[in-house]
Amino acid sequence: MKPARVLIVDDSSVMRKIVGRSLRQAGLEILEVLEASNGSEALTLVKENSLDLILSDINMPLMDGLEFVRQLRRIESAKHIPVIMITTEAGEAHVVQALSLGASGYIRKPFTPEQIKERVIPLIGG
Amino acid sequence: MDETLNAGPARVQIHLSARAAGAGSRPAEKVTGAAQSTSHDGWREELAKATHEVFEIMVGTSLTSPAEESSPFVADFAAMVGIAGNLCGLVGLHTSSECARKIAARMLGTEELGAGEDAQDAFGEVCNMIAGSFKARIAGLADGCALSVPTVICGRDFTLFSLAKGEHYQVMFSFEGKPFSVTLDLHG
Repeated sequence: MKPARVLIVDDSSVMRKIVGRSLRQAGLEILEVLEASNGSEALTLVKENSLDLILSDINMPLMDGLEFVRQLRRIESAKHIPVIMITTEAGEAHVVQALSLGASGYIRKPFTPEQIKERVIPLIGG
Repeated sequence: MDETLNAGPARVQIHLSARAAGAGSRPAEKVTGAAQSTSHDGWREELAKATHEVFEIMVGTSLTSPAEESSPFVADFAAMVGIAGNLCGLVGLHTSSECARKIAARMLGTEELGAGEDAQDAFGEVCNMIAGSFKARIAGLADGCALSVPTVICGRDFTLFSLAKGEHYQVMFSFEGKPFSVTLDLHG
């Protein structure tokens, strides 16, 4: 497994730090962590960087996580990037909607590093 | 200054009476273990379970009950998340700024944290996760409700008046010896 360049999208800077720490605790070898506080910022970073993984919240101002995934999948160079939604919105309808828009997986807050590992490692070839 | 805040999609109005803080100013919120209505059997317990879950997983701390549940304390740090949909209401988290900074520090894995955005950010996220965990535990709410982004209020001189006029639930906890409460106010 090559070191991964990861984008974490969350309007909470604390949650971005915790997700990044959880990825390291899960044993993921990280080349770089990029951060965005909403979907719009994230789309800009997607266009400027070669990414291996994206973890995104859903409830965010300006552009939420669902709209971000929808627009992301229209970008040819980003269609292959695994996207995991990390959110408090855990209802089945939310999960189905996120997956139908192109999300690769779903993690409910609060989460453990083990849950991160279970979802992330299979997606990036660990 | 008197303001009416409309908490986004939750349609929960909060009357916020804010005055310049200073010597002799009236403390904001005195939180007590007041009795609450219980027409939804078990909801108070589910709110408590949701809070325990969030603190154990994300803060790395087991909560305890306060030594004397009815003792009032001044909460100058509050976070709120609105619920809208099949259920309309407001989940609140209330404590002292000292306790809020400790919670944020534990979440971030540091010893101490100054008064700044991290404490507000962390406290809002804790409230958000409690609200999410609570609604996931109640049949029909996981898909039937949406949550607002968190709002955090800091300071010693404000009063919250919920206009929900519905049921009020409150659970008191102790975090490393510091009291805090979690509330749920429902629209009538």
